[in-house]
Amino acid sequence: MSDATLVFVPRDAAAISVGADEVAQRIKDEASRRGLSVRVIRNGSRGALWLEPLVEVATMDGRVGYGPVTPADVDSLFDSGFLAGTDHALSIGVVENHSWFSRQSRLTFARVGIIDPLSVDDYQSHGGLAALRKALSMSPEAVVDEVTSSGLRGRGGAGFPAGIKWKTALQTSATQKYICCNADEGDSGTFADRMLMEGDPFTLIEGMIIAGLAVGATQGLIYIRSEYPNAIATMRAAILLATEFKILGRDVLGSGRAFEIEVRVGAGSYVCGEETAMLESIEGNRGVVRAKPPLPAIEGLFGKPTVINNVMTLASVPWILNAGAAAYRDFGTGRSRGTQVFQLAGNIARGGIVELALGVSLLELIEGFGGGTRSGRPVKTAQVGGPLGSYLPTSAFDVSMDYESLIAIGGMLGHGGVVVFDDTVNMANQARFAMEFCVEESCGKCTPCRIGSVRGVETIDKIVAGERRQENVELLLDLCEVMTDGSLCAMGGLTPLPVKSALDHFPADFGIEKVLGGAHGITS
Amino acid sequence: MPITWPVALSEDIRDLISNFSGVEGSVLRALQTIQGTFGYVPDDALDTVAEVCNVSRAEVYGVFTYYSDFRSTVPAPNVVRVCIAEACQAAGSAELVSALKSELGLDVHARTRSGEVEVSPVFCLGNCALGPAALVNDRLLGRTTVAKIRAELGSQA
Repeated sequence: MSDATLVFVPRDAAAISVGADEVAQRIKDEASRRGLSVRVIRNGSRGALWLEPLVEVATMDGRVGYGPVTPADVDSLFDSGFLAGTDHALSIGVVENHSWFSRQSRLTFARVGIIDPLSVDDYQSHGGLAALRKALSMSPEAVVDEVTSSGLRGRGGAGFPAGIKWKTALQTSATQKYICCNADEGDSGTFADRMLMEGDPFTLIEGMIIAGLAVGATQGLIYIRSEYPNAIATMRAAILLATEFKILGRDVLGSGRAFEIEVRVGAGSYVCGEETAMLESIEGNRGVVRAKPPLPAIEGLFGKPTVINNVMTLASVPWILNAGAAAYRDFGTGRSRGTQVFQLAGNIARGGIVELALGVSLLELIEGFGGGTRSGRPVKTAQVGGPLGSYLPTSAFDVSMDYESLIAIGGMLGHGGVVVFDDTVNMANQARFAMEFCVEESCGKCTPCRIGSVRGVETIDKIVAGERRQENVELLLDLCEVMTDGSLCAMGGLTPLPVKSALDHFPADFGIEKVLGGAHGITS
Repeated sequence: MPITWPVALSEDIRDLISNFSGVEGSVLRALQTIQGTFGYVPDDALDTVAEVCNVSRAEVYGVFTYYSDFRSTVPAPNVVRVCIAEACQAAGSAELVSALKSELGLDVHARTRSGEVEVSPVFCLGNCALGPAALVNDRLLGRTTVAKIRAELGSQA
């Protein structure tokens, strides 16, 4: 089998959703029918989801890609000699040289799509575990300092400096501390956490162990949403393997230090992605938001100091320890350091994962990488940062994609999702949906969110129906202000972002001429 | 694959969750275990969970009703969940929803059941670059059309 040709067909859920399993099977069948020695490896996805299923063949020149491949294409791929990397209508050449990949800076996603996600050998031969070995030789304070000086901020959306959170947990003494990984990736338009867990789960495990060493925690939990069955299965399999290889357990890599990880599964609640609601859910309760303080880093899960970080944050830590804080800090702009794993979604020609230094323009992402809409119609808007992010007009697409610049124009970076809409979208509908989503998903603890969202839907309906339009627009803006200022968490606090941005930038869709931003006055 | 759920007998339920006895904060997991085995949570199982986890029935009921995954009725053998969140809206989920209604008589928003199939909406399946997304039993679909759903139901039947 040593001279078997290696063929890669992703096992990522998105690739499977468009036929990767069937393609893999067809390739195996066809190879055996033709008496050819082929070994099919089920890798993660490279993130070019518009090319999925992307089949790759290992050649002397590198891995040559073909995509999107359907089972019906497999015959002709064999006929043209694709096992030698020959040309074919579906060929994209050597994958690394393809401009969609070569223009990216893959740090967190360095191994995703390249390795077999459930091979510890593959992981180590691509640099895995080096950071953990390094961390084991460092003091907890030194690990925390490294993360702090890298400038890494919470990639879940809030952007809080990871090192400061870790330092707080380190300095709080307790008999038990926890590392909780937030993998409740509920934002529509985001899928980076899912793809990393399915494509390179050991990186997350390594990042969590390092966090544990840094703050003195021996127990980790990963809270994964139930809508991600493939990620749950991959993560659980990886944890078993890591335990078998003594990466996890009572004696991490023979160091005498202990760290264990358990997967917890969500049950269909968006607000459980909010960190304190997630803690409640892990404790088995209704996922209702807690008031802060106390900070979870001081009093978190079961009242113990708990570091809660997003998948992307924890998965960036191994790269930072390997290459050094300064190397990570070299990427980015202003106070937004490092890379962001952007996700291009919605009506987009070339959707998927684009990892780049923070500070790239939105236009470059949507047009340069995304190739505009899939429908071929003009882009009307993009929602940046998930369901609680702003709808930006094309005139704002030159914005630098970093925490501060987006806040400056009334938006937010969130988890890095970009959802593109063409000109057929009606923005009053989108504003209404934002309020409706809040009605559906509010945990109910605070009134502005629970009741405000219901009133928001009603008021938008009245505006659209032309009922006392001016007064109702003013009422809606007033309601948004109450929700922003009076809600306990981001659910109610940020729902006004998509609503107000839709109203500000696309008043015609509401049947009005213009809203004077923030001034509560309209001219119509 | 269409799923045939076993009949939920109360003594089986007790056995199933007995390992959660005395484990702090295990109400949610006990309910998930029951639904994962029988496809739903029978009403009298709430009492069993309360007893095993040593909490009140009201607390168990609170958890059960909070999470949208939980259900109190046996599911149809085929469950289709259609994503209606923003990224799939941009990629035509509304058209998919109305086609399902006109062609198969299935109303996603009303969660209707027709014979062996039931439909419901879902907020995001993480397949946002290949929308509209849908889940047919355990199978995720991308660039979903009624034809694809029909084929999936057919191949699974």
